[in-house]
Amino acid sequence: MVRTPLIGQPIERIEDLRLLRGKGCYVDDIQRPGLLHAAISRSSIAHGIIKSIDVSAAKEVDGVHLVLTAKDLPQPTPTVPIRLFPNEKMIPLCQPVLAEKKVRYVGEPLAIVIAETPASAEDALELIYADIEQLEAISTTDDNRALLFDNLDTNCGLVYYFKKGDMTGIFESADYTRSEKFHVHRHTGVTMETRGVVSEWDAEKGKITSWGAVKVPFANRRILASLMNLREESVEMIEGDAGGSFGVRGEFFPEDFLVPHCARILNRPVKWIEDRREHLLAVSHARDADCVLEIACRKDGRILGMRADIKTNVGAYFRPTTAITPRNLGQFVLGPYRVPGYEASVSAMHSNKSPSGTYRGPGRYEADFFRERLFDLVAKDLNIDRVEFRRRNLLREDELPCAFPSVEPNPVLTELDSGAYEEVLDICLKEVKWDEKQHLQGQLVDGLYHGLAIACFVEGGAAGPRENAKVVLESDGTVSIYVGSSAVGQGLQTILMQIAADELELPLEKLRLFHGSTTYVKEGFGSFHSRSTVMGGNAIMLAATELKRQILEAAAEIMQCSANEVTYQDGIVIAENGSSVALEAIADRKLSYEASFANTKHTYTYGSHAVHLTVDPETGRVTILDYIAVEDAGRIINPLTLHGQGIGAIVQGLGGTLLENLVYGEDGQMLSASLADYLLPLATDFPNIRSISVELRRSPNHPLGAKGAGEGGTIPAGGLIANAVAAALESLGVQPLQLPLTPDRVWLMIQDAELARSTAAASVA
Amino acid sequence: MKMPKFEYASPNSVEEAVRLLAENEGSKVLSGGQSLLPILAFRLNYPSLLVDLKNVDGLSGIHIGPEDVRLGGRVRWCQIGDDKRLEAAHPLLVSVISNVAHYQIRNRGTVGGSLAHGDPAAEMPGFAVACDCTLTAVGSGGARKIAAGDFYTGALETVLEPDEIITELSIPKWPVDRRWGFQEFSQRKGDFAIAGVTVFYDHNPKGEIQDAHVGVIGAASVPMRLQEVENLLNGNRLTGELVAAAKECALRVVDPMEDSQISANYRRSLVGTLLSRVLNGTAGH
Amino acid sequence: MVMQVTFNLNGKQVSASVEPRLTLGDCIRHTFAQTGTHIGCEHGVCGACTVIVDGDPVRSCLMLAVQAEGSEVTTVEGLSNDEYLTPLQQSFRTHHALQCGFCTPGFITTAHAFLTKEPDATEERVREVLSGNVCRCTGYLGIVEAVLAAQPAYRK
Repeated sequence: MVRTPLIGQPIERIEDLRLLRGKGCYVDDIQRPGLLHAAISRSSIAHGIIKSIDVSAAKEVDGVHLVLTAKDLPQPTPTVPIRLFPNEKMIPLCQPVLAEKKVRYVGEPLAIVIAETPASAEDALELIYADIEQLEAISTTDDNRALLFDNLDTNCGLVYYFKKGDMTGIFESADYTRSEKFHVHRHTGVTMETRGVVSEWDAEKGKITSWGAVKVPFANRRILASLMNLREESVEMIEGDAGGSFGVRGEFFPEDFLVPHCARILNRPVKWIEDRREHLLAVSHARDADCVLEIACRKDGRILGMRADIKTNVGAYFRPTTAITPRNLGQFVLGPYRVPGYEASVSAMHSNKSPSGTYRGPGRYEADFFRERLFDLVAKDLNIDRVEFRRRNLLREDELPCAFPSVEPNPVLTELDSGAYEEVLDICLKEVKWDEKQHLQGQLVDGLYHGLAIACFVEGGAAGPRENAKVVLESDGTVSIYVGSSAVGQGLQTILMQIAADELELPLEKLRLFHGSTTYVKEGFGSFHSRSTVMGGNAIMLAATELKRQILEAAAEIMQCSANEVTYQDGIVIAENGSSVALEAIADRKLSYEASFANTKHTYTYGSHAVHLTVDPETGRVTILDYIAVEDAGRIINPLTLHGQGIGAIVQGLGGTLLENLVYGEDGQMLSASLADYLLPLATDFPNIRSISVELRRSPNHPLGAKGAGEGGTIPAGGLIANAVAAALESLGVQPLQLPLTPDRVWLMIQDAELARSTAAASVA
Repeated sequence: MKMPKFEYASPNSVEEAVRLLAENEGSKVLSGGQSLLPILAFRLNYPSLLVDLKNVDGLSGIHIGPEDVRLGGRVRWCQIGDDKRLEAAHPLLVSVISNVAHYQIRNRGTVGGSLAHGDPAAEMPGFAVACDCTLTAVGSGGARKIAAGDFYTGALETVLEPDEIITELSIPKWPVDRRWGFQEFSQRKGDFAIAGVTVFYDHNPKGEIQDAHVGVIGAASVPMRLQEVENLLNGNRLTGELVAAAKECALRVVDPMEDSQISANYRRSLVGTLLSRVLNGTAGH
Repeated sequence: MVMQVTFNLNGKQVSASVEPRLTLGDCIRHTFAQTGTHIGCEHGVCGACTVIVDGDPVRSCLMLAVQAEGSEVTTVEGLSNDEYLTPLQQSFRTHHALQCGFCTPGFITTAHAFLTKEPDATEERVREVLSGNVCRCTGYLGIVEAVLAAQPAYRK
């Protein structure tokens, strides 16, 4: 009987059986005996010198067990280290776990209170008096009225430089050049579950256990062990269910030290749950970049070179993953296009805003906005159809693999692996009925202007260096799989079990999968950069391959023949003479194997998006009539979950482009600190979206062949919508160069364009 | 975002509720709680005592009479949506209230609560002002009737005394052949309106507009009627020119708030746009 | 101040001594250890905390526990059993209407109450009703499909 492979099938998720019944275990669901509750006192001043923090009244509140400020911590005050691409320049820019001499953003932790209940902890917060001498607060990348760091004479934390090819004479001799200035606004992931951590100290064993670890538990364990002066083996991070990550949550934050630190001092378990107002202030912010982008072309539209000067507003401190955004910004401006000469500098600029980290498609969303927007402007200047402009510049298959621009400091060599970029573009154009709808471009129909646009993108995935998986043949003939990847809601459990099931030729019912916690494997690297299907999946394949070999060896011994006389099929070992042995018969041998899959080559999913939208010129409202995303993921493990990722990513991209905005006031106050102000997409906002995944080109870089997908839906959305709005409002002379495109902003652009036209007309008259 | 401490009482009568409010400084009425409880979660207010009306009978009725439609102070939005009689008795009420909030909120939020809260962008206060409604407030001084047009003094500010409860809203009878329209503009469905416009009028025997009412929300610190626009409409037939003139007048007279996210100019423009769209819509009825 | 509150939770009478400021959501989760209902914002916007009180879906963060005195409260646990998935739950699973699962209990309670009252709603009406619940993972498509596909189970 031939077993049907599970890879490629829309298997219903195993996780759903618990989650649909409300039986998930999220961090606030955890109860421990004797649990105490933490609350964080946060600065309401954006920039200032701390004169004193008086916690004496807070300590007297009934039920309060402990109040700590930076002075009470081991000296020097611990800081949150850099996880990705550390560079010595970042060291003075790292965040102290509690503010000591200065506060640098509204929301910065000043103190921690431990009390009997969350409400009484919050009551105590109101009795903490921080005497802070206010300084000028800056919020943009070009504002130098104040310096955040004493030992720096600039607010520029670090500059990355990018280079490709030879720029000599390109701009000087080109038929055509153009330079434009763009801006993408600050917004972020906003997970449905806010952050939280529960920590418990075992005094006898000298061991700390933290629950609520998500995304990168092993890295966080390493950091916590170092900050608490413990060996890694004495720190356990337990992963349960997580209500989303999108990159912004799961990295190491100050609270991830403060809570276990207090648990150790008090020898009582402590729980901290972030509330929503805190979340908008304290979770990693993202996007917020300014770019001057220049292009040099031949008059047939072929690109000769591009130059970018980008400033990304990373907020008050360098977070564990802050480096990713400027690096991606510089590298992904080129996307899937042929750009022979390129140079860029990307400056990570500090300001008195909440610190930034990675958010779905970090740096890429911004880079694609800059690039795709400029492309449409250039195509218009050169009188070339915008689709044709892209065709002429998309990399052909025979040009792949194609190296990315180099990056300094902390160089990484990477290349676009495989892809049929134009083929996917054609699929997308057909799906949106591009040709049939061109007559609507810029037309006013029933009071609404129509616009269509197309965008091409690449998405990076499968970051290394490694991932671990362990497989164990249990005594009942089932197999337990342990993997270092983290579940953040993406259906990891089901996908990895499909891969394991196919490799072990067993039904799902005979498998159990355990993910994320540091108790499971020796080393793990977690879920980010769309890596878990590739990294976790390949690790499982390696481990399963070795386990099968051990099974064959053990079965051969039982059947008294040699290992090369037996074969493994559907969970049974069959000898050439016809006899067989089932897994249950070998199970008492406790066979197991932990494998490590190493990867230095990223995968690059790619695709095209198209949109047909209308703009109401009187209100500025943008309405999406049809949105198509086409993506080649190489090899699709579970089309049901991949489609879900696609739709979810698109809606986040559209929300970020049309609704969401982290707004700062003059004095550094964050004005979008509730969900009534920070507008998330609802079921009524984007009903007309479609996500199509194809399998055209596998990744050649690893056995599974899949490419990391999950961020692609978000990446092109900004540039695409802006181009469609420009197409719709072309007759009014509106050319958006900034995001977001909220109705009031679109309306203002229309007014400004009208004013510019009438001024020009008046001066001619 | 845990709430600050407060005491709680759930009296069985209006009189008892009033007494509790009068005797406890800093006490507040708890009706649906959909506006009050978020305020407490953000610790923007520290009431000493919440006086819950949940056990007070007689405030949840919808009465349709020959002279008016009366809504008890504790009538919930879902009741208005579910009461089929209102589709004929007051279609404007049904239309306006269908824009309020979301499904779950509509099961708790109340007429009295919204009126007393006085959010400048809320539909109910706007409706009450636009339709010349009368509120009945009961306090330790007894019951009094307040015209909706006199009720609001500023954003989230009303003439209500600390010990007064809104027991009823009286809405003048709605003639069956009245022309009307309502539109609001918000970024997402269910959000507070950035601007909203109500228009209704009757026709005199010559087919000219009479008794025009133009109500606006979101565009000022209080819901208001635009009397200059109403005067311009009265005595005229509805034509394209009249609509344009009404829009231009509205743009001139309305004085919107400016806040960190939305400019006054944009609100003003929206008022004009919504007014002309609503007026054009009334031509069809 | 503490008060005694007694109500019916998923078919069982429960009683506890609570502060008036304790929300119904926190009471269900921590006083009565029914953690299926999740708290997403505490200010009445996200809908993750939706429970059914006397037949109506409400935001349990915008209700005080003491206000539930004498009421019937149903949470996701009360709409589930260990043996099989209900038609609504199975529809959610088939249509991939959940990813991280945090918003899911709020959608289940809302959808159940809504489908009970309006088993013939149009897609537009479904989206309108569901606009009171925020999901950050799915983009809503699967959820809308799941609710529509569950309609036959709710028609008499």
